Amino acid sequence: MKIKFPKDGRFGEFGGKYIPETLVPAIEELEQSYLKYKNDSDFKKELNYYLTEYAGRPTPLYYAKNLTEKIGGAKIYLKREDLLHGGAHKINNTLGQALLAKRMKKTRIIAETGAGQHGVATAMACAALGLKAEVYMGYKDTIRQKLNVFRMNMLGCEVHAVKAGSQTLKDAINEAIRDWITNVKDTYYLLGSAVGPHPYPVMVRDFQAVIGEEIKQQIKDFGKKTPDTVIACVGGGSNAIGTFYPLVDTDTEIIGVEAAGQGLKSGHHSATLSAGTKGVLHGMMTYLLQDSEGQIQETHSISAGLDYPGVGPEHSYFKDQKRIQYVSATDKEVIDAFLMLTRTEGIIPALESSHAIAEAIKLAKKKPKSDTIVVTLSGRGDKDVEVVQDYIKNSK
Amino acid sequence: MVGYPSHKDTLSAVRGLIEGGADIIELGFPFSDPLADGPVIQHASTISLEKGTKMVQFLSLVRQIRKESQIPLVLMTYTNILYHKGYEKFFKLAKEAGLDGIITPDMTVEESKEYLKAAKKHNLDTIFLVSPNTSKSRLQEIVKQTTGFLYLVAVFGTTGVQNKIQSYTISALQNTKKITRGKVPVGIGFGISTPSDIKSYVKHGADAAIVGSALIKLIEKTPSAKIQSAVAKFTRQLKLSTK
Repeated sequence: MKIKFPKDGRFGEFGGKYIPETLVPAIEELEQSYLKYKNDSDFKKELNYYLTEYAGRPTPLYYAKNLTEKIGGAKIYLKREDLLHGGAHKINNTLGQALLAKRMKKTRIIAETGAGQHGVATAMACAALGLKAEVYMGYKDTIRQKLNVFRMNMLGCEVHAVKAGSQTLKDAINEAIRDWITNVKDTYYLLGSAVGPHPYPVMVRDFQAVIGEEIKQQIKDFGKKTPDTVIACVGGGSNAIGTFYPLVDTDTEIIGVEAAGQGLKSGHHSATLSAGTKGVLHGMMTYLLQDSEGQIQETHSISAGLDYPGVGPEHSYFKDQKRIQYVSATDKEVIDAFLMLTRTEGIIPALESSHAIAEAIKLAKKKPKSDTIVVTLSGRGDKDVEVVQDYIKNSK
Repeated sequence: MVGYPSHKDTLSAVRGLIEGGADIIELGFPFSDPLADGPVIQHASTISLEKGTKMVQFLSLVRQIRKESQIPLVLMTYTNILYHKGYEKFFKLAKEAGLDGIITPDMTVEESKEYLKAAKKHNLDTIFLVSPNTSKSRLQEIVKQTTGFLYLVAVFGTTGVQNKIQSYTISALQNTKKITRGKVPVGIGFGISTPSDIKSYVKHGADAAIVGSALIKLIEKTPSAKIQSAVAKFTRQLKLSTK
């Protein structure tokens, strides 16, 4: 079931490379370079150095005792990606790709960002490695995540606000791709999620798989061979596939949580796997939220990082294989989970990660105390406190 | 672009193109995420979609044109629109309406198996794109699959970005012609807006020039009643420069 490196770029029927011809040589060069360096001992050594000394790996697997006792069911463990440099799992991937870009002798890095976490992680990796970065961000996201815009600017990175379409992540990706088409010779596109044309979904997954690999080791300290359940949030799906991939050939129950926004029936959500249909967007065949004419629909989520109408093709594959179960959490459930974790454990989770917490809270109640649930806490929530405050104010 | 600024205006523009002596008409069908397109076509797509353009309207436009002319008609849209309808099902309808070919800028030869099979079955031309950075071996592969003509993308960039004529474009044109060896015509497009652009490309071997964004800009600034005559006049000038 596990597909290490699909030669044709496909996970079953999903994935592939649906791209303008101008990008084909760039994608081929990327694939060749990635294959060359992924097992290169110097590359691995350098990446490992930065992950450890710069980003702060390994991250703890923390037993959330207070939360567990409050719920009174299965034990909940948090994989603390929020403690990484920059405050999210995104740095695992940006360090890997920035080191690759350097070896490919690319002088200019572009990236897209939704919540701004990938943009910040790109800006940090590029500053550390002496690369020049520019980031595309939906105009709407630059407003709701303005703290991250300031951070990117301070890190020496130019932020382009994208006013086309829904002004969110999807449009930022369109614009980054257009930039790449225009500047294909010297530019490296540092894609932040496990989406896009092959080899991005595989490469991003591999750089994020360190999350799941560490969980597998760390859970042994708590007397378990593997977790009974792992849960992660899914937008494009990079923290989720990084958590899940090392565990798909074990007995672990795997659950991805999408953003149900105002509810799946409301039409205002971004639950692609729960409510989408197959199609082609951003270079890949995958599940999409689209209308009856094949036009991509506008999505909604309280968390900018999950506000995306597509999903990584490997998730689509695991959904159809029925290996991973995909559920969703509404904005309201997410806010409740955010507050509950904040108050019981003193940990402020990102709204994206709060989707996974919400599912863990629902599930832990139904499971025996001897069970273990591992939740990937993909990022910290400092960037979200204003959004949460507004939500609470408006719902009173 | 179908439905931009309105369906009536699209038909007027088509009539102007025929009157002005265009050899092939490319009808754009809007997609919400046109990642190969620059600002002009993006904007036209957005407006067309906001006005509710659907595939049935495209098909009825094709039928209407067919009542008036036998000019070759090709559709330019993105893979998802075609995939969503079902290649086979849509190509059948399109052929019946009178369409001759399809251009899909995000369809690579690698992913085109089902697409080609369905197009072949319904006798529709599949026009592939090549770029100045396309390798020789890949160019040979694409030339095998393209029918109708081969679409050479003139510049590194999206549609409608105007530039001086680049030397790399001229080399690409010459290299492409060496590989097609007259088996399939080469049309050049992206950023072409003036008779002098066309003159240079024709001089270096282009069999056709494709003008999109410049035409949309002209339609944009022309009152509805005058679209047909303005488009005819512009087309005549362009056509003259090919000779």
